[in-house]
Amino acid sequence: MAAGAASFGWPGHPSAAPAPDDPAPQMLPLRLTVNGRGHDLRLDSRTTLLDALREHIGLTGTKKGCDHGQCGACTVLVEGRRINSCLTLAAMHEGDAVTTVEGLAKGEALHPIQAAFIAHDGFQCGYCTPGQICSAVGMLAEARAGWPSHVTADIAGTAALSDAEIRERMSGNLCRCSAYPNIVAAIRDAAGSDL
Amino acid sequence: MEMNQPIGQTPLDGRPDGLVGRPVDRIDGRLKVTGLAPYAYETQALRNPAYGFIVEARIARGGIRSIDTAAARLAPGVIHVMTHENVPAQGERREQVWPQLQGTEIRFFGQPVAFVVAETFEQARAAAALVAVQYDAQPPKASLKDALGEAYKPKPAQTDPDSQAGDFEGAFGAAPVQLDVTYTTPPQVHAQMEPHATIAAWDGDKVVLQTANQMLNRGQKSLAGLLGLPPENVRLVSRYIGGGFGSKLQVQPEGVLAVLAAKAIGRPVKVAMTRQQEFHCASHRTGTIQRVRLGADRDGRLSALAHESWSDATPGDQFFETSANVTRSLYAAPHRLTRHRIANLNVPVTSAMRAPGEAVGQLAFECAMDELAEQLGIDPIELRVRNEPAEDPEKKVPFTVRQLVPCMREGARLFGWDKRGDAGSRREGRFMLGMGMSAAARLNPLMPSAARVRLGPDGYLTVRMAMTDIGTGTYTILAQIAGEMMGLPVERIRVEIGDTAYPMAAGSGGSFGAGSAGSALYVACDNLRQALLKAGDLRPDDAVFADGAVRAGNRTVTLAELAGRDGMEAAGEIKPGSLKERYSHYSFGAHFAEVAVDADTGEVRLRRMLGVFTGGRILNAKTARSQAIGGMIFGVGAALMEDGVLDPRYGSFVNRDLAEYHVPAHADVPEIEAVFLPERDDKANPLKSKGLGELGICGAGAALANAVYNATCVRVRDYPLTLDKLLPGLEEREGRVQRRS
Repeated sequence: MAAGAASFGWPGHPSAAPAPDDPAPQMLPLRLTVNGRGHDLRLDSRTTLLDALREHIGLTGTKKGCDHGQCGACTVLVEGRRINSCLTLAAMHEGDAVTTVEGLAKGEALHPIQAAFIAHDGFQCGYCTPGQICSAVGMLAEARAGWPSHVTADIAGTAALSDAEIRERMSGNLCRCSAYPNIVAAIRDAAGSDL
Repeated sequence: MEMNQPIGQTPLDGRPDGLVGRPVDRIDGRLKVTGLAPYAYETQALRNPAYGFIVEARIARGGIRSIDTAAARLAPGVIHVMTHENVPAQGERREQVWPQLQGTEIRFFGQPVAFVVAETFEQARAAAALVAVQYDAQPPKASLKDALGEAYKPKPAQTDPDSQAGDFEGAFGAAPVQLDVTYTTPPQVHAQMEPHATIAAWDGDKVVLQTANQMLNRGQKSLAGLLGLPPENVRLVSRYIGGGFGSKLQVQPEGVLAVLAAKAIGRPVKVAMTRQQEFHCASHRTGTIQRVRLGADRDGRLSALAHESWSDATPGDQFFETSANVTRSLYAAPHRLTRHRIANLNVPVTSAMRAPGEAVGQLAFECAMDELAEQLGIDPIELRVRNEPAEDPEKKVPFTVRQLVPCMREGARLFGWDKRGDAGSRREGRFMLGMGMSAAARLNPLMPSAARVRLGPDGYLTVRMAMTDIGTGTYTILAQIAGEMMGLPVERIRVEIGDTAYPMAAGSGGSFGAGSAGSALYVACDNLRQALLKAGDLRPDDAVFADGAVRAGNRTVTLAELAGRDGMEAAGEIKPGSLKERYSHYSFGAHFAEVAVDADTGEVRLRRMLGVFTGGRILNAKTARSQAIGGMIFGVGAALMEDGVLDPRYGSFVNRDLAEYHVPAHADVPEIEAVFLPERDDKANPLKSKGLGELGICGAGAALANAVYNATCVRVRDYPLTLDKLLPGLEEREGRVQRRS
């Protein structure tokens, strides 16, 4: 029965042993600049930017929702561009300027997107919120730079930031509480203010 | 307070400018938008936690022949590897909290078989892949359809699985118009954004869990039972929770494993499930098969209705999806039958998910009503109006308040229901357009809760209870209730919840959170008011609490003065009483949806949606609307995309991540609005409120499915309504149209 029995197990089960040519993980000295502040770290080479922020720097505002780039909860800004911090290794960002949700407010003054999220109730549980907010900040910069999206009719022109544009451009950020209509309202509102 | 009679006039009545009901911004909003609200896994200040990683079974049925942990134990950073061979003793399963790593039997795919603890997350994850498990595998039973022959009547849970009145079979057979349809709904997953996570830390024989949990007192009790400890030795803390939707009603395996491992190594252990583990290791909503039979006269008056539901449960469990429960209360018909059956399959644990029962039950029943309306040529709203019962048709008691008809009428007016054409009659280029509606109904329970309030000499009020906020807005509505009762602005209310060190509270689930916890707080505040009046020797008759002071007669005294140097405390509690049985307790509403179906591809796009609801007194117009809209979008997911695909060969979910298990994204969600009709439910609780957390999902998906039929003349009875299921019907219809022309 043993041979037959194996067929009820899941095929493609990752081999227990690491591949022989896998290099052993190393501890890397690393300097990360987050929200304008330098952090000298010594990290396992496998550490993602997300885990470096959360587990080693103590900035837990950036959330882990799927660890596979599918939900957007871990969105941060690297050199002003939005990325999924779970899909990139910390070691790749020495010298980069990383901005997290903790770095958006200026002292007591919230970033206009943050304030708009509160006013429009653009969240419920709040777990996707830092990612939505960082994504919105990055997205508005892309739109201002004239980047088209999937729903832009004339990709050579400058798309007005319609609700459809906001929805399309924000679709990498899931919200299971489904605050979507309120998030769109918040971004629409804040987009008009001086960011 | 026990709810034995309707609530008369309260301090919350007759204050149109009061805090309660106002669209106050969330008081935890600033912490959440700045990333400073700490969720379970993020709790700092614990000494040097180790990281855990779960190893899951790769078969769904059989046994562990051997488990070799040598390589994992020798891997860098590994502190401990826990398996069934060295796991500490645990008691029996308590409620939905299962003992972990018990013996060699495998009942479902993803069942934890080992737990690796290491210095870092990366080390724990890498070492987990080194645990070598040999299995004796047997073919799993993973198809509900194939197991119908062995389905049985489960043990009654909160309700009996069966109900009947009159003679259904006879009346159905004699009915001039009959409908007999079977709907299926797939397994669905909660997919809350924050994965299950726990940090467990022991101090002697006491353990504290920083965990993501909706019902702390229940978790405390069950976990204490499992560990053989008195409940006071187990403390659960959940200050901020990244969504639950039912998945965090119980302590899930990661919590139990963290507690056991932390004990074994004498050091705090933190663990979060991976998103993939969420699908197998945490619970999900079962798939269902539902048969609905309706017998009516030609005017649409129902003489007979039956709703039967089959669902599955993991071996050893009898949890069943109460799909037909709401049918017992929704429409009049003298002859009735409801029935629930389950089959035990080698599938991961099933549990409550947002509106257990109603959410999938109304996906079937509200579409069947639409089918009957179509068959009779009666407007779907009119059909429902004609079957509006004078009292609960099975419990034979009055409804507390039932405004289903006003919700449907107001919704029709706001949505432009009169523009709905006959099925298949509206076209816009390549898109077929349609409108659909559905009734919404959700049980409105009250659960025991307690609260303690303390007015400090600084004039600030502190509220304490073991209540939770899973995104529902609990922090805010509690501040509003306390603020209005005491005449204080929300800025002077400190809401401290999410800790079993505080008075017992209902927690968040079953739409009972706000009403139950809020009522306990109301009672505590009322008691504090009496105590303050007494302390100040103020006449209660005309006392008004406002602007941080009490005015009574010609005297005005500030609360800070009345509190004195030591402050003043009061407690309060609420319990369900005889009103629970003397009335039928439901929230009601109506959904309206307009869809566009691509005639070439069968793709369904929601164009707009409206929900009109009644929820008694609305505690916060802003957060209530958000919750209702969120529920409606959950329904959009159920109707159009959510589908946990079980592989019958392995009993595993094929699409076990958020790229493949589709939940609605921004681009799926157009204009959606939710409105509330004025209502007070004086038999529900002293706030006169009803639950809203689940009402939004009830019937929402059915409104979409009915709109799809109205657009296409194609009825798909197998959720979700993906294009592959619509295309054959569209092609057939296209063929018919061509043949005719």
